[in-house]
This record gives sequence, C-alpha cells and structure tokens, in this order.
Amino acid sequence: MKVKQLSVFLENKAGRLAEVTKVLGDAGINIRALSLADTTDFGILRLIVDQYDQATQVLKQHGFTVGRTEVVALEVPDRPGGLASVLQILSASQINVEYMYAFVHHSGKNAVIIFRFNNLDRAIELLQQQGVHIFKGQEVYRL
Amino acid sequence: MIFNEEFETLPRAALEAIQLRRLRALVDRVYALVPAYRQKFEAAGVRPEDIQTLKDLQRLPFTTKQDLRDNYPFGMFAVPMEQVVRIHASSGTTGKPTVVGYTLRDIQTWSELVARSLAAAGVHRHDIIHNAYGYGLFTGGLGFHYGVERLGASVIPVSGGNTRRQIMLLQDFGPTVLTCTPSFALHLSDVAQDLGLNFQDFKLRVGIFGAEPWSEAMRQEIEKKLGLDALDVYGLSEVMGPGVSVECQEAKQGLHIAEDHFIAEIIDPHTLEVLPYGQTGELVITTLTKEAFPVIRYRTRDISSLNPEPCKCGRNLVRMTRLSGRTDDMIIVRGVNVFPSQIEAVLMEVRGLAPHYQLIVDRLNQMDTLEVQVEVDEATFSDEVRKMQQLEKGIEKNIKDYLGVSAKVRLVEPRSIPRSEGKAQRVIDRRQI
Repeated sequence: MKVKQLSVFLENKAGRLAEVTKVLGDAGINIRALSLADTTDFGILRLIVDQYDQATQVLKQHGFTVGRTEVVALEVPDRPGGLASVLQILSASQINVEYMYAFVHHSGKNAVIIFRFNNLDRAIELLQQQGVHIFKGQEVYRL
Repeated sequence: MIFNEEFETLPRAALEAIQLRRLRALVDRVYALVPAYRQKFEAAGVRPEDIQTLKDLQRLPFTTKQDLRDNYPFGMFAVPMEQVVRIHASSGTTGKPTVVGYTLRDIQTWSELVARSLAAAGVHRHDIIHNAYGYGLFTGGLGFHYGVERLGASVIPVSGGNTRRQIMLLQDFGPTVLTCTPSFALHLSDVAQDLGLNFQDFKLRVGIFGAEPWSEAMRQEIEKKLGLDALDVYGLSEVMGPGVSVECQEAKQGLHIAEDHFIAEIIDPHTLEVLPYGQTGELVITTLTKEAFPVIRYRTRDISSLNPEPCKCGRNLVRMTRLSGRTDDMIIVRGVNVFPSQIEAVLMEVRGLAPHYQLIVDRLNQMDTLEVQVEVDEATFSDEVRKMQQLEKGIEKNIKDYLGVSAKVRLVEPRSIPRSEGKAQRVIDRRQI
C-alpha cells in the first residue's frame, strides 16, 4: 500500500534542480511525480521514480543527500468535492496531512494524489474501510 | 608505551635542573649569535647572566611571528647555513612565510620527539603508518615520517590529496595507524562511505591528529566513524613541528609536553602576565635544545592551559589541555568573543550533524552578522520543511544560549564547504573594518 519516495536536499542555488533531473535522466530513470518545498535557504525535492534503488544510488554517487519516506498514493474522484471527501475521513480521526502533491499522470477519470500523513498506517486503515482506492507501490512506479 | 623512559619520567627536580642548564646555555648562545635576540634583550635590559633560576625566564622578552617576519628569511638562525640540513616554512596568513631551519642534531631530536609521540599514542614497531600530513614545506609530513622511521615502524608517505587513491591504499596496504588533520580524517571517512566502504573494515586502530584545533565531541565522532583511538598531537614549525606535545593512549587527558626540550608558559594575551597552572591563556614556548632555530618565549597564539598533575601513564611531564582555539582565530562578533571550536561543540551536540562547518562574519548596516553554515547529511535530513527549520532554529538557540551571540544557521549541501588538506578554514571574515 505504501509508496517509496525519495527526497533530496537542495541549497537554493541556480542549477541544482536541473542537476538532479539530469543525473536521473542520464541514468534512464523516469520521474513519476515530484514536488519541491522551499524556504529562503534551501529546498526539499520529493520524487517518485520508476526505479527507486537505482535513483538513490546515482544521486548519492553525485553527492546529494538522499532521504527515504513512505507515502501513499490515493485515487481521488476528479470532481468538485472529490479531495474534500477524502480529507474528511482523515480529519475526523485526527490524522494530519504533512504534505501532499498531485501525480503527473492521470489514471482514467480520477486524479492520483500523493500524501504524507503523520500516522501512515492508521490513515491507510481508515481509507480502506471507507473504500478509497489506494495504489500499490508497483502500480505507482509503472503508472 | 614510553619511548624514552629516562627522560619522560624524570623526577621534577631532576627535570628542572636539566631545563635550567639548557636554558642558560641557550640564552648565552642566542645572545652571542643572533643579533635580533641581542637587540631584544638589550631593549628589555636583561643580560644572559641574569638568568639564574627557571623563574628568571620571565625576564626575557617574548618572540612573536612579527619578529620572524622582520628577520625573513634566515635572520633568526643561530648557526651558519652550512650546518643547516633542512628548511621548512609555514604559510603566513598574510605576506611572506615563516622560515625555520634544522641542523642534523635538530632533525634527530625532532625524530625522537615524534617517536615518543607515536609510542605515547600506542604505536609499536610492527605498525604501518598511513601518513597523510602534507609533505613539503609544511612540517607535518616529514616530521611524522622521520619519527616513524626512528621508532622503527613502517611509514607510507601518502601526503595530502587524492582522497580516492588514499582510500584504496588504506584498503589494500592495511595500515594500522592514520596520521593527518582531524578534518581530513573525517573527509576520508565520507569519501569511503560514498564508495560503499566502511572504515570499520580497515585495520586502522590508532589515529594521531593535529595541526588544527578540534573538540572532544569531534574526537568521539572520529572514533565512532573510523573505528580507531583518536589522539591529539601538537606542534608548530616555529617551535619544531609535530611532537611538541601529545596525548597518551592511557588517559587521553591533555597533551604531555616534552619538557626536557621545551618550556611552556601560559600568559594573558592582553596583559602578557604569566598565569598560574590551570588558567587558560596563550601558550608560550621556549625551545631548550634547538640549534639552528631556537626560540625564546615564542607566542604561539594557541589557547590552552597547563596541568602539572602526574599522569596515570607514568609521565611526569606537564600536560597542556586540548587547544580551545587561537588568539587570532578568535572572532569578535558584536563584542562577543567567539571561537570556532565553541560553535563546533554546539553543532556536535546535534545527533548526526556533520562537523563540517564554516563561520561567515559580515557587517550589515554597522552590525556584525554571524552565519554558521553547516552541512546536512543523511542522519539529519528530513523531507519535511518544518523539521529542517526546527533543526536550524534549535542550533541558533543553542549558540545564543552557550555563546551569548545571535547567529543565523544555514544548512548547506554535503561537500559544499571546501575541504582543506591542511588546516580547515573555519572562519571567513568579510567585514571591512
């Protein structure tokens, strides 16, 4: 149910993001989803890629600090109130969204959104009970 | 292990008798042979015959780096050039280097003192030493090299640089002892990690690190990462080079000064008064046996204190505490004295934080600003902005609490702070004062 996400620490310097994407591109790694959180000094790039282990390895070889986090990918109805209905389930149980971002790819009529929760296992349990579709890791890497 | 049992464990009275005899001979000699010393003695109204006791040393004037510069390059040598067999020089932060010379006997003395240091650190004849101190004008490389040979162990003269090749040699040659600067030791371990290698798998068991001040916390970090006993060695080219003092493996509590060859004093750098044992101030050293380049009361600019308590290793020699910085490394930020080593101690309290840091001092609208750049590594990195900001704020708060100065902490990427293969440059002062 969980999806492996890479994160990379980036100083706010021209060309750093380009470098990460080039390193991955040269290694034949495809980026499935990404988000960049930034402050005045640094940024944190979060990535979901098709080849997790290989991506971690090439980034480390190029001197990047790479972190690993588990996230979930949910299928959210692509209509008004679609996201709200999913979030409702979680807020009712006091589960916080640490961050979220949308997937690059659309799957049918619905959107795919990546979530990081403060209590991942509990969130998965609740969402499953409510019949929300959670993608398996392998599905996401191949989407 | 004690290399020279006789001299390293002399009873205090016997040691002081030797010191006094050597001091009086030294003063006679420099007065007769080095015009710069004669002039300084005359200006201070002191003559060689005034030195009757060890305490009379305090009547002699100090020697400073400026004196050495004024007599560049060979003006302070006390022997004719045909007796000098080696020249070393230390890079000056400004202008010309400081040049020092050695007679054959000086080289022998130095080799013995480095051999003593190695033995104190637990090095034996069957050890292999990977010597990554720079070879050349810098005293580190050749100083250790000769000491290892004197001890009878094997030296690999790797010198600095070419880190990847060094890792290969560490792996293939299986040295048991590493000698280099503490920051280079950590750099080696980082690079090894990148190559998928673990220092714990190497045969290293002892590291003798010096040439820059480092903290107790950094020692622990090095010992953990490199899997060896890390010991501090002290020396400076103006006095001799490495081997002036060293920690013993038994206590790791202060560096034993080779007092049969040097007299150490601690002074208040402002009033120039000699401070009693235990008090912290500037370390001043007089060489007792150097022939080519003796120094009288040389102001090292290094901050330390002296401890006369006998050590459990059996040496009766006075110990100096690990350097807490240099008088000229000290920065004054909005009136507060800051030593890089203090910042380092704060950083090392944060679990997993890499001890690679740099202080940037600047002046903005007449106000001094201090920025502490510190590298993020995998242990401290989080994909949540909030946690990274908490890390920055936490360090800022600790710096404020411990040092009483506000600093801006800036997390930077690994390897973005330049690594030096000699002394790490910890401070960049951009103030135009």
